[in-house]
Amino acid sequence: MPPGEKPDPGQVEAKHRIPALAVRGLTTVFPGPDGTFPIVDDVSLDVARGETLAVVGESGSGKTMTFHSVLGIVPHPGRVASGQALLDGVDLLKLAPHELRKKRGSEISIVFQDPLTALNPVFTIGDQIVEVLRAHTRISKAAARKRAIEVLARVQIPDPHRRVDDFPHQFSGGMRQRALIAMAIALEPKVLIADEPTTALDVTVQAQVLELLRDLKQETGMGLILITHDLGVVARYADRVAVLYSGRVMELGSADHVFDQPRHPYTSALFKSIPHLDTPAGSDLTPIEGQPPNPAAPPLGCAFEPRCFVGHGDQLCASKPPPLEAISAGARLTRCWRWRELDDMSRAAS
Amino acid sequence: MSTASDMECSLLSVKAITKIFEASRSWLGGRRSSVRAVDGLSFELKAGETLGLVGETGSGKSTLGRLILRLIEPTSGRIIFDGGDFTAKTTAEVRRMRSDIQMVFQDPYGSLDPRMSVGDLIAEPMIVHGQPRAGIPRRVAEIMNLVGLDPRVAHRFPHQFSGGQRQRIGIARAMALAPKLLVLDEPVSALDVSIQAQILNLLREIQRRTGVAYLFVAHDLAVVRHVSDRVAVMYLGRIVEISSRDQLYGQPGHPYTISLLSAVPAANPKLERVRQRIPVHGEISSGTAIPSGCRFHPRCFRARLVAAAIPAEAQPFGEHAVPKRCVEQDPVLADVEAGHQVACHFDARYDGLTKVSLSTPK
Repeated sequence: MPPGEKPDPGQVEAKHRIPALAVRGLTTVFPGPDGTFPIVDDVSLDVARGETLAVVGESGSGKTMTFHSVLGIVPHPGRVASGQALLDGVDLLKLAPHELRKKRGSEISIVFQDPLTALNPVFTIGDQIVEVLRAHTRISKAAARKRAIEVLARVQIPDPHRRVDDFPHQFSGGMRQRALIAMAIALEPKVLIADEPTTALDVTVQAQVLELLRDLKQETGMGLILITHDLGVVARYADRVAVLYSGRVMELGSADHVFDQPRHPYTSALFKSIPHLDTPAGSDLTPIEGQPPNPAAPPLGCAFEPRCFVGHGDQLCASKPPPLEAISAGARLTRCWRWRELDDMSRAAS
Repeated sequence: MSTASDMECSLLSVKAITKIFEASRSWLGGRRSSVRAVDGLSFELKAGETLGLVGETGSGKSTLGRLILRLIEPTSGRIIFDGGDFTAKTTAEVRRMRSDIQMVFQDPYGSLDPRMSVGDLIAEPMIVHGQPRAGIPRRVAEIMNLVGLDPRVAHRFPHQFSGGQRQRIGIARAMALAPKLLVLDEPVSALDVSIQAQILNLLREIQRRTGVAYLFVAHDLAVVRHVSDRVAVMYLGRIVEISSRDQLYGQPGHPYTISLLSAVPAANPKLERVRQRIPVHGEISSGTAIPSGCRFHPRCFRARLVAAAIPAEAQPFGEHAVPKRCVEQDPVLADVEAGHQVACHFDARYDGLTKVSLSTPK
């Protein structure tokens, strides 16, 4: 262990974690002018039962596409080029479409960002939950309706016996999102993927929805993947966090450690670029200069090198992409040649 | 309340402004309903100051922004801008005055004509307001420098720019006529976090150099804290609390502000473990059916605590009880300390909260 590094209590558990979903070396490509280019580039991450993994990144970081790849819903002409997505040991990427369809919605579910477009406006909320139930299980209409009312009650829809016959437009934004969650958990999946579930919602409603997801996770023991750009949401709700940039995992570790001691310059720069509620107000922010790379023409070396405050202009950083390196005895991963210098730099700055 | 000296240096003075949207009778012959989007609201904004305006969907914060620009007409009330009654002006006068009040929108792309070059987009307001043509190219270059755009890209079109650069173009257009007030409606919420910081720093720099005042409308409480000198919290068309930034974030007085602040997660897992979230009950009421008395009482945690502590005050409300006063009397904004006003019948002594404040001042 390098000097100055705190022991990571997560490392003991790390060896004994049994992942509910394990993504290994996932690469998803799109055709470009010169052959194909990766949108998701050798992504590895996992979530254990009863655990919340936050996947953080800006637009174009590949955070959504990673999980669309896992679920086999990458839009044409993109395709998964390599890798595995093991759900309780079964590789979803090797399943035939009809087998994958059976797993999707029952063993692994997704809640999309925009609840209004994800719901069909011409069917009642109840009909849509019943449809999901009957597509996956042999269940009578009456029993399915009873179950729909149960799950609506579980996601705290008031008066579920009556509201089950409402149409989506009769629900508020927060209730629509909860109805979608009801649909996603109706079959008690092992893994629930929530893609920016609260971006369109007000902060008080956001807190209600995220607390609901946390409670459901604790009750059912499912693994929860929270795709978000909001570092506050990560701090409050995540056990572990994966930071994505330009289709790659840049850093992965327990939320406490990643916030406390970032091991990648991008993570560190991200923290400095946002206004924090718990630091003195009015101090200048340190923006990340420049733009994320064009995925069709990524930098030769590290994707973050052109904007990096540590490695910008460094010959190694600019010429050779760093591997995803296990540090802290495997509890943390970083994709940086020069992560050891981060501590010295933050000490010098303070 | 405002003193005489405050009044003298107010750039913008909004007095009891109300906007009621009349809904037309539905074709099914339902009852005609009207929405009180902004309800008798007053505040002052000084020259060169930034007032943050926060509130959730339905709070009326966007309607207020549009009223101040007089893009929509108030139902009643007055807006005094730079000493003149903006609400009493004729349309032609309003158009002239609008060079002093400009707006920056959330979606920079949607507010830029895709067929116009950046140079033309920035020059357009100057031409419309009859500035001498000869000086315009030089002014365009100056403004582009001010917002951090290279004047050599003036011939390019909006689609050739990234989201952050488009927002710079939007700001450049708004600054083209050297306004005294910018109404910024969620100016960074569509941008990625790394780009947000660039725009927030730019806005601060522009204010330092030009002395323009900002009315900064946003839902992100961390961003509002970062940019604002003072902050107003809106709920159902009213300001429920207004004060200096540090008072509002350090000692919030209104139960809605307390709930709102407690709902925002801070990017610090250790702090988050000890923070307490104080829920708002139920869903927001709509502007068509504003609750009696204090409009926040159906959702208020403090009302329930007060009713439990003083049974003589209580009256039943659903499964709970709330104080009679909250149901019957509409609270007015009153001073709790200098420059800090709260519209609530009760103070925090019944809250029993230990960890409300987010700020950990050093």
